[in-house]
Amino acid sequence: MKQFSLLSRRAAALFLTPAGLLVAVFVLLPFFWVIVVSFTNRTLLGVTAVHPDFVGLQNYIRLFNPSTFFTRGQFGSSLIITTQFVLLSALIGQALLGLLLAWLMQAIPPALKRAVEAAVIGAWILPEVVIGFAWFAFLDYDNGTLNMILTALGLPRGDFLLQQPFWVIVIFNTWRGAAFSMMLFNSAFSSIPPSYFQAADVAGASSFQKFRDIALPLIRGHVVTDLILITMWTFNVFTPFLLTHGGPAYRTELLSIYNYRVAFKDFEFGQGSAVGVIIMLINLVLALIYLSIGRRRSKAEREAAAS
Amino acid sequence: MASVEFRSVTKSFGSFTAVDHVDLSIGDGEFVCLLGPSGCGKTTSLRMIAGLETPSSGQILIGGDDVTGLHPKDRQISMVFQDYALYPHMNIADNIAYPLKVRGESQEKRHARAQEVAGVLKIGDLLSRLPSQISGGQQQRTSLARALVYPSRVYLFDEPLSNLDAKLRLEARGFLNHLQRDMGMTAIYVTHDQAEAMALATRIAVMDRGRIVQYAPPIEIYRRPATTFVANFVGNPPMNLVPVTARAEGDSVRLSADGVTLAPLPLSAGLKAALAAGPTLTLGVRPEHLSVTEEADNSIGGKLFANENMGPESLVTMERPDASRVTARIFTDDHVEVGETVRFGFAPEHVTLFDGAGTRIPRDGEAGL
Repeated sequence: MKQFSLLSRRAAALFLTPAGLLVAVFVLLPFFWVIVVSFTNRTLLGVTAVHPDFVGLQNYIRLFNPSTFFTRGQFGSSLIITTQFVLLSALIGQALLGLLLAWLMQAIPPALKRAVEAAVIGAWILPEVVIGFAWFAFLDYDNGTLNMILTALGLPRGDFLLQQPFWVIVIFNTWRGAAFSMMLFNSAFSSIPPSYFQAADVAGASSFQKFRDIALPLIRGHVVTDLILITMWTFNVFTPFLLTHGGPAYRTELLSIYNYRVAFKDFEFGQGSAVGVIIMLINLVLALIYLSIGRRRSKAEREAAAS
Repeated sequence: MASVEFRSVTKSFGSFTAVDHVDLSIGDGEFVCLLGPSGCGKTTSLRMIAGLETPSSGQILIGGDDVTGLHPKDRQISMVFQDYALYPHMNIADNIAYPLKVRGESQEKRHARAQEVAGVLKIGDLLSRLPSQISGGQQQRTSLARALVYPSRVYLFDEPLSNLDAKLRLEARGFLNHLQRDMGMTAIYVTHDQAEAMALATRIAVMDRGRIVQYAPPIEIYRRPATTFVANFVGNPPMNLVPVTARAEGDSVRLSADGVTLAPLPLSAGLKAALAAGPTLTLGVRPEHLSVTEEADNSIGGKLFANENMGPESLVTMERPDASRVTARIFTDDHVEVGETVRFGFAPEHVTLFDGAGTRIPRDGEAGL
C-alpha cells in the first residue's frame, strides 16, 4: 500500500527536532543516568558526592536483603503497602465505583446525569495540591469538617489521619480517580446500540442480566484498558504524601514516597536510583501485560473480521 | 396469541406529538401493518406496544389486559428490530436462546430449542458462528428465530426487512407471510414500503402525522383509498391525482381540467355533498388503469415526458399543460415517443373522486364511509 504523508521527510525532521531534543535531555538522559547511578554509592554530601564508587549490585542486594525486607520503612514493606493500595483503591475502588456509577447513569434523567458527572469530574480536575489540602482540612482532628459533621450527629470524633492512615489514602485515591473510570465506562456503555438493551428488555432480561450478559462483555476491552491505566497511575501516585507524608510510622509509605525519602531526604542517590529502576521495571512489566492483552484482542478481532 | 387495542393513545416528545389520539383494534391472529412515511408515528406506536415507550395518555391493551404501565419483560411479547440487535459476542445459538437463558432454562434445553427453531428458519448449520460471520439475510433470520424461540402473545416487527437487498427481501417476505399463517400469530409490522404492507397484512393502518388515516384490508386500501394521502402513498407508482373543477348540470356532473375530457357523471349523493363545499375536486386514477388511446372521451392529454422500460411493461409519464404529471403503466409494445402529444384513456368505473378536503367521495350503493 502506498503511504501518503502531509510533509516531506525533511520538514517532518525539522518539526520533530525541538521535541526530540527536549525528550532526549529531560527524559532519555535522566533515564540512563538513573540506571548508571543505581550501580554507585553516590550521595549528596561527603566523599562519595564527588567521587562515587562503582558498587555493582550492592544497592539492589540491600533492597532485597531478607532480614530487613519486611521491616516497616524498608523496600519490601513499602512494596506490600503499594500493592494493597493499588488493589483496594484502583482495582476495587476506582474501577468498581466508576463502573457502578457509569451503569447507574445510563438509567437516570439527563439533567441529573450531568450534575453527577460534573461533581465526579470536579474531583478529578482539581489540582493535586488543592485537593490534598482540602482533604487535610476535611480530616483534621480539631477543626476538620468530618469531625464537625460527626459531632453534630452525636457520633464520636476520630483522628483518622493517625488512626486509619492507610484507609484514608485508599478512600482518598478512590474518590480522586473514580471519575476517569466512570467517564471511560460511560462512553463505552453509550457506544452500545440501544436496541441491544431493548431486545433484552423485550426478551425478559432483568437489569442485572443485561449488565452481565450484554453490557459487560461488550466493554471488556475498555475494562482492560481502564484497569491497566489506573493500575499504573496508582502505582506511581505521589499525592497521598500531601495527606500523611508517608506516615505515621511509614504506614502509608508507598513506593513513590519511599523512593522520594531515600533519594531526597536521606540523600542516598545510589540507593534511590536503584528503587527508581525497580519501579520502572515493575511499570514495564505492567505495560507489557497491557500491550499483549491489547494485541491478543486486536488479533482476535482481525480473525473474526477475516473469516 | 392475543388481541391488541389502542384506546385514545397519545405520545408527545416535548411539543412534538408523535402519536395523536389513536384508536386501533387488532384481532387475535391478525397481521396488521402500520404503514406511513417516516415521522408518521408508526414506530412509536409499535414501541408503545412493546413497552419501550410509555404513552403520554390513553391505554394499551394486550389480550384484554391493560399493559400501559407494564415493563417490556412483563408483556409476553416478541420483537424483531430493524438493526436485528444481535449480540456480537454471542454465537448464533446463544443469540437465539438468550430469551430462554434469562428465563433460567438449562443449557441443554436452550440449545435443543435453538436448534429446533434454527432448523425451521434454515440457519441450523450456522449455530456456532458469530453474527459478524453470517450474511444480512441470515442475521435477519437469527433475529426472527430469537423472537420465535419463546411463547409470546404478540409479535412485533420494526421494519425487519429494510436492511436486506431487493431479492432477499422478497424471499423473507414470502417466508414471513407463510410463518404467520402457519402459527396463527398476532403480528404487528411497521413498514414504509407499501408493497410489503400489501403483501403481508390482513389489515393495513395507514398513518400520517400521528393519526391513522385509514385502517382496512389491503385490497380496500388499494381500491378505495380514504384520502388523497393514502392514494398517493399506496401503489407503485401511486395513484395519479388531477385537480378538476366540477359543475352540476341537472342530474349529472361535468368535470373539467386542462386536457381532460370526461363524460358527465351521474350526480350521486356523495358528489352532491362534496359540491356543496366547493367546485374543486380531485380526480384519481391508477397508472395501471390508464392506457394510450386515440379517443378523446374519458382521457387525459399531454406531452410525453419520460418512458421507462420495465421489461414486459413500461411506465410512461406525461406532462400536462399545468406542468403536473400523470403516469401510466402500459405494455412495452405500445409505442410512444418522448415529446409526442399523447392521450391516456381510462374507464369511468376506475375513477376515484376526492372532495376539496381530500376525502374520497363514496359512490352510490356503497356502504357509507
